[in-house]
Amino acid sequence: MTLDEILISLFPNSHEIQVSKGGLITGTGKLRDGRAISVIGLGNGESMGTAAALPLAAQVIDVISRGRDTPILVLVDLLGQLMARRDEMIGLNEYLAHLAKCLILASQSGHRTVGLEYGKASAGGFLATALATEIFVALPGAEPAVMDLPSMARVTKLPEEKLKELAKSTPVFAPGVDSMLQMGALAQIWDANKPLDEQLEVTLKNASAKDIRDQLGAERKGRPMAALVAKRVIAAAMGTADDLATA
Amino acid sequence: MMQDIATERKSSWLQATARQRVSGFLDKGTFVEFLGPSERVQSPHLSLFDLPRAFDDGVVVGRGKLDGKDVLLAAQEGKFMGGTFGEVSGAKIIGLLRAARDSDGDKEGGVPKTVLLLLDSGGVRLQEANAGELAVSEIMRAIVEARRAGVTVLALVGGTSGAFGGAGLISATCSRIVISEAGRTGVSGPEVIETNKGVEEFDSSNKSLVWSVDGGKNRRLIGGADAFAPDTMDGFRTATLAVLDRVAPPCTLETLQAEHGRLAARQDKLGACSDAVSMWKTLGIAEAEAIRDMEDSDFMRIADQLKEANHDAR
Repeated sequence: MTLDEILISLFPNSHEIQVSKGGLITGTGKLRDGRAISVIGLGNGESMGTAAALPLAAQVIDVISRGRDTPILVLVDLLGQLMARRDEMIGLNEYLAHLAKCLILASQSGHRTVGLEYGKASAGGFLATALATEIFVALPGAEPAVMDLPSMARVTKLPEEKLKELAKSTPVFAPGVDSMLQMGALAQIWDANKPLDEQLEVTLKNASAKDIRDQLGAERKGRPMAALVAKRVIAAAMGTADDLATA
Repeated sequence: MMQDIATERKSSWLQATARQRVSGFLDKGTFVEFLGPSERVQSPHLSLFDLPRAFDDGVVVGRGKLDGKDVLLAAQEGKFMGGTFGEVSGAKIIGLLRAARDSDGDKEGGVPKTVLLLLDSGGVRLQEANAGELAVSEIMRAIVEARRAGVTVLALVGGTSGAFGGAGLISATCSRIVISEAGRTGVSGPEVIETNKGVEEFDSSNKSLVWSVDGGKNRRLIGGADAFAPDTMDGFRTATLAVLDRVAPPCTLETLQAEHGRLAARQDKLGACSDAVSMWKTLGIAEAEAIRDMEDSDFMRIADQLKEANHDAR
């Protein structure tokens, strides 16, 4: 689906969403129940630099400062972070983290947040957007990837053929929506043949501020250890505290 | 013994292992490790790639005292898989942050409300790319949750692997950042930019250029780090204690509004500069050309007086 088709299916009644030449998505849509939803994103397979992160963060801050419970939808078809010396020199890490923090704060302040990937998503741009939402969904054909297999072959010095073979049975590094589902990153893959406004409504109902992705990853057998290790550390921290208190 | 401690405190942070940093940084004999090497909590994935594992998966977590103050601490081992975030190494840090978040903190021996992240990481571990990326995302969320529950989370950056990729985003999610001259941080490292965009965009073999873009002095001057530490155990101890003496910014709407203003102003003011020295001149530093070779104490005096470098907007 193209972004235009997606926006029409998400908001059949009306929306005021602009897409800039650089792929910046900003504006507002109307949910089935008539409530407004704030929409931001980065599309066209663009990379996120400081100039893209700021206006998106500004809209999230504006939504929070209005004090209501307006939900936020984050649309992504992006290619990681902008790789430029100039952006690194002025601290791109702070700009990307700022956008992520704004989205997490929105969630903590009672705004339900949904990430929807309809194309690519990777690396720093992914962390700052869809992965900073409460519930992350994708359309069929989406291609989430931390890194593509040829690049991974170069860095890990393993033959691409071997990586391809390993990828079939190893969701922990294989690119794609199926891996991300098993990891607990993606909550669900939407059905492109059904109206998206209905699916958005259901997804919003399932969103919550509690981070359950490691539990999902354990249930779906993509991440056998993450949730358990985190729990063991918490127990150790608490347990040591008890010992010290009685000493 | 006293002599040994004095020597250890003067040793290099950059060259040290994660365990040496923990030992040299905290008060002697106070560190209690959680899920230590004897429990062999290690990566279930590396053997697929015929790679050696580590009994701690390259992250040391636990609690201890810093000048008598209770802290939780995580230290990444930059010499193991580049200090990368994998499923297990990431989950250890997540557990630590969640423990601090859930602590009521006020009772004697309770879980400390201060978390120190001794970062030394190139980012996500590619062999566990999906789990690593997700761990970074979960750590960022856990930091915000912890800060909102009254926890102060500090990033300490001064290891050989720096703090790049996910580690760069994590550091900027913390309450404050302490960095040394050799402590490079950013998103894409110089080698990655050169490989993808060409040597004209970023010549990673030009050490002076790399240092001026990603290095601790630049980060401190533009406000990307909140304190500068000389490259010793003592240096990081002193800088961290000074930071902990100030009230850390809470992660609220007001703080993020202030951060937004700060980052927008920086982009406006410095975005057109072609190199770091011209940025520093634009910031009003008369001795911009001399920054590179300046003694730590002189540098810290300049940084501490600079408006852009000192803020509560993170």
